[in-house]
Amino acid sequence: MIIGLDVGGTHTDVVLIGQNCIHRQAKVPTDTSNLFDCVWAALDEVTRDIPPEEIKRTVLSTTLTTNAIIEGKMAEVAMILSPGPGIDAELLRTCTHYHIVSGSIDHRGREIQPIDPVEIEAVSSKLKGAGIEHVGIVGKFSVRNPKHEIQIGEILGDSFHNVLYGHRLSGNLSFPRRIATTYLNAAVHPIYSRFFKAVKDSLNKKGLNIPIHILKADGGTMSLEASLLSPGQTILSGPAASVMGSLPFASLEDETLVLDIGGTTTDMAILIHRVPLLDPVGCELGGYKTLIRSLKTYSIGVGGDSTVGVVDGRLKIGPGRDGPAMAYGGPTPTPTDALFVLGKINNGDAEASRRGLEPIAAALDMTLEDVANEVFDHACQMILNAAAEMIEDINSKPVYTVQELLEGYQVQPQEILVLGGPAPYFAFRLAALTDFQVHVVPQWQVANAVGAALAKNTSEVTLFADTERGIAIAPGEKFYQQINKNFDQKNAVELAFELLKNKCIKEGAVESELEMEVLENVQFNMVRDFYTTGRNIRVKVQVKPGLVSEYKDIAASMINASPSEKMPEK
Amino acid sequence: MLSVKTKTGLVFFPAFDWAISPTHPEREERLLYTQDQVFEEGLLDIDGIIEYKPDLATIQDVRRVHFCVPDEWSVLTESHLISAGGAKTIGMQVLEKNVERGFALVRPPGHHAMRVVHGARGFCNINIEAIMVEYLREAYQVDRVAIVDTDCHHGDGTQDIYWHDPDTLFISLHQDGRTLYPGTGFGYEMGGPAAAGTTINIPLPPQTSEEGFLYTLDHAILPILNDFKPDIIVNSAGQDNHYTDPITNMNFSAQGYAELTRRLQPHIAVLEGGYSIETALPYINVGIIMALAGMDFSKVREPDYRPERIRQTAETAEQVKRVVADVLECWEKGPRLREKHRLEKKSHKRERSVFYDTDNILETQLEELQTCRDCSGVLSIDSETDRGHHVLAIHIPRKGCNECRELGYRLYDGANSRMYHQVFLQDRTHDQYLVRKN
Repeated sequence: MIIGLDVGGTHTDVVLIGQNCIHRQAKVPTDTSNLFDCVWAALDEVTRDIPPEEIKRTVLSTTLTTNAIIEGKMAEVAMILSPGPGIDAELLRTCTHYHIVSGSIDHRGREIQPIDPVEIEAVSSKLKGAGIEHVGIVGKFSVRNPKHEIQIGEILGDSFHNVLYGHRLSGNLSFPRRIATTYLNAAVHPIYSRFFKAVKDSLNKKGLNIPIHILKADGGTMSLEASLLSPGQTILSGPAASVMGSLPFASLEDETLVLDIGGTTTDMAILIHRVPLLDPVGCELGGYKTLIRSLKTYSIGVGGDSTVGVVDGRLKIGPGRDGPAMAYGGPTPTPTDALFVLGKINNGDAEASRRGLEPIAAALDMTLEDVANEVFDHACQMILNAAAEMIEDINSKPVYTVQELLEGYQVQPQEILVLGGPAPYFAFRLAALTDFQVHVVPQWQVANAVGAALAKNTSEVTLFADTERGIAIAPGEKFYQQINKNFDQKNAVELAFELLKNKCIKEGAVESELEMEVLENVQFNMVRDFYTTGRNIRVKVQVKPGLVSEYKDIAASMINASPSEKMPEK
Repeated sequence: MLSVKTKTGLVFFPAFDWAISPTHPEREERLLYTQDQVFEEGLLDIDGIIEYKPDLATIQDVRRVHFCVPDEWSVLTESHLISAGGAKTIGMQVLEKNVERGFALVRPPGHHAMRVVHGARGFCNINIEAIMVEYLREAYQVDRVAIVDTDCHHGDGTQDIYWHDPDTLFISLHQDGRTLYPGTGFGYEMGGPAAAGTTINIPLPPQTSEEGFLYTLDHAILPILNDFKPDIIVNSAGQDNHYTDPITNMNFSAQGYAELTRRLQPHIAVLEGGYSIETALPYINVGIIMALAGMDFSKVREPDYRPERIRQTAETAEQVKRVVADVLECWEKGPRLREKHRLEKKSHKRERSVFYDTDNILETQLEELQTCRDCSGVLSIDSETDRGHHVLAIHIPRKGCNECRELGYRLYDGANSRMYHQVFLQDRTHDQYLVRKN
């Protein structure tokens, strides 16, 4: 059996997946001030009376790191930067202890200026004096040559609790994003490791000595041990859980828009033939642009519990949430209350909903029923507009070859998959408002937890080879090799696959389930003085996000368990 | 999050799958290191720097500028349409006021392509700046345009296209034609009879460095722009004046290019040449983008930049001063000459040969302009190549008067079709392009 647990902003969902079906499921309210207790309560709920040896693995998706970043509750980190020439690194400052040191590497990875050990030692003793425990080291072009970052790390020695290197976190170019990524990973590390130590200890106490996997922003998992090296990868895993949960029900032929309609927000993503679209560079969170591999997800402040009001004579929904719907005792009218007024939901206090919407009806000079319809339509329209914007944004992404430009591939989803609390109600309305095929994800209330449970391990390797310089390097894998003149694209791809396989297995993947693919594979002939002097090769390979092999049976049973939730075909 | 003062558009199109030939300077690798540098600096993430996907220029866009012989698809590839389209995209974003300035970092280049095109010259097939400018004139009623060409080679194609247009100020700053391809661009080349003085050539001596370029900018280019009062300023931002460029002899730098951009404040910059792909382009392009966006570029420099090592000699400085004095004299003379020719109302002929070095074609042209009191006059070009193509091309200018327009059509209809393989008519008053085949 597998446990999937997803901590959301409002609820924490957990499922226990057994042979071919969801064996148990539970929902507990999320208490952001005490995530451990709510994770623990949820785990306790589904594991009660289950013999520990029957649980094969647990996959956790939490808002721990996301919240820490958004609320600024991060550990004090010192950054040591070796920028060389270019943009003023001072503009990229992330924290107080931010030291810009000498040393420079160029775009091909050649050392232009060495670092100055005396300077680093001075920085080091200053940081020790300030009681700093966590340090991030980032060099410009360190993914082309990590020498300086490593040298700086060696000089720092063992004096610090945790030292993170920029080049290990992503193979992508972008010095500012590398700084932000390294900083965030270092800054959430203490809170992250404390939390998971507590989870692990509690499970052990209970006799549940099961492997724990953590869901990442890219919809894949990693082992708990691997996650301790880059806890930043766990940010935004919530939206990823929902996307993975919708995967089995998406079309294999078409493109799909996934809408996870929650209490406060609606998260959206795109699937192409049942494979989620990844962000080409990395995700953005709390004002930080990062190199953290992630699904391309967008979020808008509209959900079932969004506040509804009138501003300047016009209806306004969201982006805030004051609490649950008035029907459930909340203080402010919400789209959910509109559903009560319309008689679509009746497991609460419909009278409270009517009371809440009446002033809005009066302000807009409409009947109560018209206002309820208007609120609901308006919310749907906001979601659809945001989705259109996201698709436009994806399609306007520049390409850099004549062939790609002329091909002009455009994402054009044909169907919408809806999940989250109010999914079925919204789905009906969305179907009426658009030409999309609209479906509700079966077991929509816990599909996110199912997504977490069934997600596979994912990973990425970036390899850079320069035969003129005679080097092949995969910085994230601590890989550096001398190569000869004959090294070519084919060798590069083989090498990258080999590295990827090893990495995945180390991170807890099953070899037979590795679906590796090439993301980028380009080779440039380097010509100097009219003669070809070498090849410049860039390869990126990945294990794409997907579900473990058990998923097909479970998906089928989920559909069977809830036949009425399938929308009528149009 | 980092943000900039001046909203700046960027089209980056390195055409990673296009080359003139595998070892040609104009090959796939050319903007590879520029891409690495721009990405690594994170410039595209900055709030206020917006990357756009290039539009494809259309054949109609090309026909506003060129006479392609025998037709457009024989002399260009999709890559050229993307490059011209990239410039056009930036122009549109600037005129739509979505950005204040923009940079089309595109290849292949275009400033050696003249009005008549039989093939490629100096790595150029179609003139990407002119295609953009004429599109903007058609779509946004832009009138007065200044094009400042800071490529190391004389922008002879752009000069040819605007030779007779008094509303386009073309200023080319380049290494002296006696020492570099294409061997033209002398001070006395100052425009046709109806546009005398609106072509300005500034041939600088080899080894001119930052001081010389900025002196020229401050003492000639900026005052002339101030007089001309263009609606938009376009910079043909070739980058081969760099001290490490393999095919030129100047001593300019990334700091110099950025400072020039900061002072010139072009609305639209378009990449032209520049073939020091590892040691110059990555730094110059970053410098230009940052300067356009109003960022502090003082820390942008090449790994081997030592200003004292590339400083021009006192003698070079003196030469630069003399060139600038000559330029200002030409600029003074222009209006008088134009007025004189306008009132004369007669036919002006010029005969010349054009060599297409990239495609090895020799063209002979007989060009005739009828000056007019009311407009810049009808132009006819009799063009024949050593490959045997013989065509007649008639150009009616954008602001052509009715009389000249009728004259243009008479010339087109009356051309002896046995003499020519093709006769072309470009009627810019009505955005029309006609072709008659033998």
